[in-house]
Amino acid sequence: MTWYTAHALSIVTFLPLVGAAIIAFVGRERAPLIRWLALLVSVLTFFGTVGLYLGFDLHRSGMQFEEFHVWMVVPPVNYHLGIDGLSVLMILLAGLLTPLSILVSWNSITQRVKEFFLFLLALETGMIGVFVSLDLILFFVFWEVMLIPMYFLIGIWGHERRVYAAVKFMIYTMAGSALMLVGILYLYNVTGSFDFPDVLGHLSTTLLSPQTERWLFLAFFVAFAIKVPLFPFHTWLPDAHVEAPTAGSVLLAGVLLKMGTYGMLRFCLPLFPAASHEFAPVICVLAIVGIIYGALVAMVQPDLKKLVAYSSVAHLGFCVLGIFVFNAQGMEGSIYQMFSHGVSTGALFMLVGMLYDRRHTRLISEFGGLATSVPVYSTFFLIVTLSSLGLPMLNGFIGEFLIIVGSYHSRALYAALAAVGVVLAAVYLLWMYQRVFYGEIRNEKNRNLPDCDRREKFILTTVVLVILAMGIYPQPFLRRLDQSVASILQRVEQQTWLSTERAPVRLPGGER
Amino acid sequence: MITLQTADLLRILPEIVLSAFGVLVMVLEPFVEAAHKKLLGWLAVLGVLAAGAATFRTSLDPGMAFGGALAADGFSFYFIYLFLLVAGLVILGSMDYLERDHIQHGEYYALVLLGTVGMCFMAASTDLIMIFLGLEISSISTYILAGFRRQDRVSNEASLKYFLLGSFATAFFLFGIAWVYGLTGTTNLLGIRAQLAGPGQWSRFAIVALVLMFVGLAFKLSTVPFQIWTPDVYQGSPAPVAAFLSVGPKAAAFAILLRVFVGSFAGASGVTFQLLWVSAALTMCVGNLAALWQSNIKRLLAYSSIAHAGYILVGLAAGGSRGVSAVMYYLVAYSLMNVGAFILIAHLASTGERLVEIEDYKGLGAERPAVAACLAVLFLSLAGIPTTAGFLGKFYLFRAAMHSHLVGLTVLALLNSTVSVYYYLRVIIAMYMREGKTETSAAVLPWPVRVVLATSILGIFYLGLAPNLLVGISSLTLPLPR
Repeated sequence: MTWYTAHALSIVTFLPLVGAAIIAFVGRERAPLIRWLALLVSVLTFFGTVGLYLGFDLHRSGMQFEEFHVWMVVPPVNYHLGIDGLSVLMILLAGLLTPLSILVSWNSITQRVKEFFLFLLALETGMIGVFVSLDLILFFVFWEVMLIPMYFLIGIWGHERRVYAAVKFMIYTMAGSALMLVGILYLYNVTGSFDFPDVLGHLSTTLLSPQTERWLFLAFFVAFAIKVPLFPFHTWLPDAHVEAPTAGSVLLAGVLLKMGTYGMLRFCLPLFPAASHEFAPVICVLAIVGIIYGALVAMVQPDLKKLVAYSSVAHLGFCVLGIFVFNAQGMEGSIYQMFSHGVSTGALFMLVGMLYDRRHTRLISEFGGLATSVPVYSTFFLIVTLSSLGLPMLNGFIGEFLIIVGSYHSRALYAALAAVGVVLAAVYLLWMYQRVFYGEIRNEKNRNLPDCDRREKFILTTVVLVILAMGIYPQPFLRRLDQSVASILQRVEQQTWLSTERAPVRLPGGER
Repeated sequence: MITLQTADLLRILPEIVLSAFGVLVMVLEPFVEAAHKKLLGWLAVLGVLAAGAATFRTSLDPGMAFGGALAADGFSFYFIYLFLLVAGLVILGSMDYLERDHIQHGEYYALVLLGTVGMCFMAASTDLIMIFLGLEISSISTYILAGFRRQDRVSNEASLKYFLLGSFATAFFLFGIAWVYGLTGTTNLLGIRAQLAGPGQWSRFAIVALVLMFVGLAFKLSTVPFQIWTPDVYQGSPAPVAAFLSVGPKAAAFAILLRVFVGSFAGASGVTFQLLWVSAALTMCVGNLAALWQSNIKRLLAYSSIAHAGYILVGLAAGGSRGVSAVMYYLVAYSLMNVGAFILIAHLASTGERLVEIEDYKGLGAERPAVAACLAVLFLSLAGIPTTAGFLGKFYLFRAAMHSHLVGLTVLALLNSTVSVYYYLRVIIAMYMREGKTETSAAVLPWPVRVVLATSILGIFYLGLAPNLLVGISSLTLPLPR
C-alpha cells in the first residue's frame, strides 16, 4: 500500500497508456474485446482517480502524492508529479469522462475500432499528465503530446470537415504553446530551474522587472487563452467541437478546455501576480464579452452541436472571470464551474451524439415533439439542460453563483453583465429544448425513434447522479479547494499593491 | 617533412578501413555475377562495422596526428560514429532498392564508403587543407551518387546541378582558405586561432576570408540564399542517396563550422554571430514557407531539411558550450529522422520511384497500419512533437539560444516550427484521413529496411525519452583542442 501511495500518480497517469499498448497487440478484427479492454482500463483509472480524491488530505496545503525523479541532467528537467485540490478535481473529471466517452462510442464507432480506443486511452494519459505535472517541461511535454491523439480522433472519426477542423485545432494550440515554451525557457534563465515549486520560490524572493513580467505573463496566458478558449481566440472551437466524434467532443469540452483555465490558475497567477493584476481588467472584459457573445451566437445556431459548442465559450467565460476577480468565491466558483461544465456539457454532447446516431442529423429544425416519442431520453435531456443553464439544486448553479458573487466584490458591473449571460443561457437552452422536444411531431421519421437502451441509460444515469450530487451537496468538492485557492490568493496578493475586497468565504452547505 | 609513423596511422584507422573496403568493393565488382551484386552491399556493411571497431580502437589513444593536421579527439569520434551510423543505415536501405530499380552496381557501395571517408576527414581535420580534401572526397562521391539512376533524366539533371553549383561553392571555400593563409601564414586551425585571437587582428581582409569560407559551407548546408539546388537534387537523386545527402555532408559541414568558426575564428565571434543570425532566420523562414506548397514528398523533405539547417544555425548563433552540445545532439536526432523517412519513402515509391506525391499516400493508414505508423512517427519527430528526439533537439537548441538572450530568434524559430507542423501533417492527413487505395500499400519492406526503420524509430524515442547519455557526451567534447 505504501508502494502504491508513493507511485499513485504515476500509476493513474500511465495506466491508460499501458492499456493502449495492450490494445495495440490485439488483432483488429476482435472489436468487442478491444472495447471491453478499453472500458476496463478506463474504469480502473477512474477508480484510481477516486482513490486519489478520497485519499487527498484536506487540511494540508501544498502538493500531495508527490513523486520526484531526475529525468534530464543537463538542463535539469525532473519527473515531478504532485496534486493539490485543484488538480485532484481535474483528474477526477478526466477519470470520470473517459469511461463515459468509451461507452458512448460503443456502437457508433465501427471503423478502425482498435485505433480509436487506442487513441482515446493515450489521450487520457496526456490529460491526466497535464494536471499532475509539476515540472514546467514535463507539463509542456504532456500538453503537446496530448494534441496528437485528439488530432487523430477528430481527423479520422469526425464529420464532413474533419480534416480542416483537426488541423486548425492543432495549429492554433501549437502556436500558443510555442510562445509558452519561450516563456518557460526565459523563466529558466532567470531562475535556473524548470521545477515549478523551485521557480515559484525563486520568484517570490526576487522580483522580475515589471516589463519582463508582463511579457512572460502574456507568453503563458495566450497559450492558455487559446485553449480555454477566451474570446477572441475561440474560432477553432466551434469547428473542432462540431466535427469531432462524440467522444472527442466530450473530452474536448469536458477536459481539454479546462487545461487552459487550469494553466491560468496554476501558472499565470502564482508566477506573475503583478502582471495578472495589471491585465485583469482587460481579461475580465474579454471574459464577459465571451459570455455574452457565446450566448448570443449559440441562440441563433441551427445545429445542436454548434449550439452546445458556443455555450462552452460562454461557460468558460465565467470560469476566466472567476479567476481574474481575485477572491476566494470567484476562484472556487470558477474551479467548481470547470468541473460542472465538464459534466454538463460533456453530457449534452453525449445526448446530441445519441440523437445523431439515430437520425444522422443535428439540425434543430429536423426535430420537434420528441418528448412523446422518446420520453426517457427527453427527461435526461431536460435535467442536463437545466444543469447547464444553472438551475439551483443542480451543479451549474453553484459555480455561476459563486462567480457572480465573487465578481460583485470586485466590481458590481462585472456581476451585472455576467448575470445577463445567465439569463441568455436560459433563453437559448430552453428555446432549443422547446423546439426539439415539444410541440407536434412534424417529421414522421421522429415518430418511431427508439428510446434509450440500457447502455445509454447507464451513461445518463451516472451523469445525472453526479449533477444532483454536486448541486445538492457541493461541500466535499469545495472543501478540497480551500487550501489551494487560499495559497494561490495569498501568493497573488503578497506582491501586489492592488487589493480586492474580500468577504469571508464560507459556504454553509445547507443554505442551498 | 612529415614522416609516416604508426601512431599517426592508428589515428586515421577508421578512414583507412573504410577506404580499404571501398577499394575492395570496386575491385571485386567485375568478378561478382549480376545476380549476386547484393553481396557487395553486405561487404560494405561489414566495412562500416569494421570501421566502427577501428574508431573504438582509435578512441583508446586519442591525440593529434600528422603534425597537427588531424585530431583524433572526442569531437571527431562523435562525428565519425554518426557518419558510420548514417552510412550503415543508407547501405542497408539501398540494397533492395537498387535491386528493384535494376541499378545494382558495386560502385554505389564503394561511393558511399568513400563519401563517408571524406566526411570523416572533414570532421577529424584540424588543418584547412585537410578539411578541403575531405570536402572534395565527399563531394565528388556524392555528385556521382546523385546521378546514379543513369537512365533517368531527372537524376542526371540532379547530378549535374549538384556538381556545377557544388564546385562553384568549393571554389569559394578554397579562395577563403587562400586568404586566411595569406593573412596568417598557416593553414593549421590551432595556429590560426592563435594568430587571430582578438578582435584587433580581425582586419577587413580577415572578415572577407571568413565570409568566403562561410559561403562555401553554406552551399553544403543548403542555407538561404544558397539552397536553390536542394529540392531539385533531392528530388532527382535516388531516394536513399537523398537520405545520405540530406544528413551526411550536412553534418560534416556543421562539424567544420564548429571546428573553424566556433574554434579557430572565435576571435571574430561578433561577425560570425551576425552571419549566423541572418542565415538562421532566412533559412528557417524560406525553408518552411516553401515546404508548405510542395506536393512531392521528396521536395517536401528537401525544404524541410533546409528548415532544419536553419534551426541548427540558431544553436550555432547561440554559441557557447550549450550551443555546441545542442547542435551535436540535434545532428544525431535529425540524421535518424531523415534517413528513416527517406529510406521508407524509397521503398514505398515502387519501381522507378513513381509514387512520390503526397496524394500517393492516401489510405495507407488503413491498408498498412504499421508502415503508416512508422512514417507518422518520423514526421511527428521532424515536426518536433514531445517524446521524440525532434522535440528535445529543438528544446536544447532553443534553450541555448535563450541562454544567449536571442529571444527574437527563438520566437521566430518556434513560430517556424509551428508552421512546419502544417506540412508534416499533410502527409499524415493523406495517410489516415483520406480514403483511397493506392499502390504504395503494396510495397514490400525487406528485412534490412525494417532494421533501418526500427533503428531510426527506436533511436528517436530513446533520444527523446532518455537523452542523458548523448547530451553528456556531446557536452564534453570541444570543437577545437585547447
